[in-house]
Amino acid sequence: MAEFEKANSIGEWFDQRLNVKAFTKVMMTEYWIPKEINFLWAMGALLVMLFKLLIITGIFLLMYYKPDVNMAFDSVNYTIMQEVGYGWLFRNIHGVGASVVFLIIYIHMFTAIYYGSYKKGREMIWLSGMLLFVLFSAEGFSGYMLPWGQMSYWAAYVITEIFGGIPFIGGDLVIWIRGNFYVADATLTRFFMLHVLLIPVVLIGAIAFHFYTLRFPHVNNEEGEFFDYKKESEKYLAGDKANSKVIAFWPDFLSKDFMVIAIFMVFFFYLVFYNNGFAMDPVNFDKADGMKTPAHIYPEWYFLWSYEVLRGFFFEIGGVSGKDLGLMAFGFAQGIFLVLPWLDRSPMVKPANQRPVFKYWFWLLMADLFVLTIFGKLPPTGINAYVGFFASTTFLGLFISLPFLTTIESKIVGGK
Amino acid sequence: MINESRRGFMGKAFGAVAAVGAVASLVAMKKSWDPLPSVMAAGFTTVDLSKFTGNKLEIVKWQGKPIFILKMAADMPAVEKRSVKVGDHYYSVMIGLCTHLGCIPAYRDTTHDFKCACHGGEFSAAGVHKFGPPPRPLDIPPFTIKDGNTIVLGEAGAEYKALIASLSTDINIA
Repeated sequence: MAEFEKANSIGEWFDQRLNVKAFTKVMMTEYWIPKEINFLWAMGALLVMLFKLLIITGIFLLMYYKPDVNMAFDSVNYTIMQEVGYGWLFRNIHGVGASVVFLIIYIHMFTAIYYGSYKKGREMIWLSGMLLFVLFSAEGFSGYMLPWGQMSYWAAYVITEIFGGIPFIGGDLVIWIRGNFYVADATLTRFFMLHVLLIPVVLIGAIAFHFYTLRFPHVNNEEGEFFDYKKESEKYLAGDKANSKVIAFWPDFLSKDFMVIAIFMVFFFYLVFYNNGFAMDPVNFDKADGMKTPAHIYPEWYFLWSYEVLRGFFFEIGGVSGKDLGLMAFGFAQGIFLVLPWLDRSPMVKPANQRPVFKYWFWLLMADLFVLTIFGKLPPTGINAYVGFFASTTFLGLFISLPFLTTIESKIVGGK
Repeated sequence: MINESRRGFMGKAFGAVAAVGAVASLVAMKKSWDPLPSVMAAGFTTVDLSKFTGNKLEIVKWQGKPIFILKMAADMPAVEKRSVKVGDHYYSVMIGLCTHLGCIPAYRDTTHDFKCACHGGEFSAAGVHKFGPPPRPLDIPPFTIKDGNTIVLGEAGAEYKALIASLSTDINIA
């Protein structure tokens, strides 16, 4: 056993046992963040804030929610919304928070793409971030099933049916996932478990891992500049903060984040109180009915782009059915962002607008995702079907052409 | 050296125990997600066709799935390999789930066809896909005809077997 001296203060008592001072230095006051950043660098802290809100409101909803096909709908729409004190508030925060968390994830993700924050040593940050996106998607999907409304039911039906497209085992796999031939009580209870236990636990671990991946490559900056963190931090510690390129995570960086969080929270609670319709689809206020498909099924706004890629292929090409083409394109769309660091062959780490070729690619991708999102909500008839087809093929084309475009860029900028 | 081999033995022993435990756990976990026996037990649904009218779609429930039964009106021709003759009339008997992603298509009695609202697929009155992403006609559930005007879903009768035997291999049967 190590020897301990009598502590002179409570702080010292904890420091002897937990090494609090050194830990605070490593994690907070001597964890270095670049100075050349803007408000887009606050999205990470914002996401942590939203995730906490979702967990806290989720705990309160969990006390009254009943995962049973006969009780789920009323437990949400009657018990929680009308009887429980401020139950409606917890549900609104949870629903709006789930929607807005994807807005911030997309801003966070496209900020990383714009500033090239996924390459030259930052690949693990990107990969762990995409893992988080997948987990948040699974969390959003499983949570959407719980109110057991018409959209809950049919979203669950269509999404589980997608696994039927896997060769050979597809049909059995769908029945295994659902625990029944159709979306039923067994499906609801297992997705309830995933939503409130397994996925959140994995999410918390993945968030910690995402922070850890930042530790050694460090945070990117507005100019994509590489510099010696040790030298710059020494300047900072010596008191020359003005000439140092870094600031401390705490109090410098986080205090700026808190300002952004404060502004954002005003906007967020405006949505929660006065404008929550976008997260509360009226169709989902009809109880689930397996014998009646709603006239028009669409996912929440954040899945619309990939949904449109799924249904963009509605006719046979070269002997492959539209359904299989759509599934293949959908699988491609789900996986392709993950390998972005290896598709971008240009060594240039700069904001997209300073890159001669990538800037066109980036803004074309933004425009295409915008079109896919708009048309994903419209009925797939007539001209809409063709717009969807062209936007979907553009999406595939953009990613297939990226290695070639960035190789050209690499030559233009002379490999730098 | 002796310590090394002892440690090697302990490592192998633990590895063997862990491997057996891991496989057993995975089997048990997989099984826990399988449909329950009560779900798997085949369900049968008996439908009396005597009160059906032509060109009016009736939907019955079988194993949680909607089953379309459409009696052909005088101006609707029977389709070879699709239509079922019960008594003096022809019927379409099929699983009412779009073969694209499982939505329930709606019947339009003016145009005698089905339209799926999800992704725009269209099927003829006999359930044959004619537009959009559906890759194959609507599936036909196992059925048998009893007492002249009654149909039992879930039991593969002679008419059903004759029907699927006549189908080409690219059409899936439920």
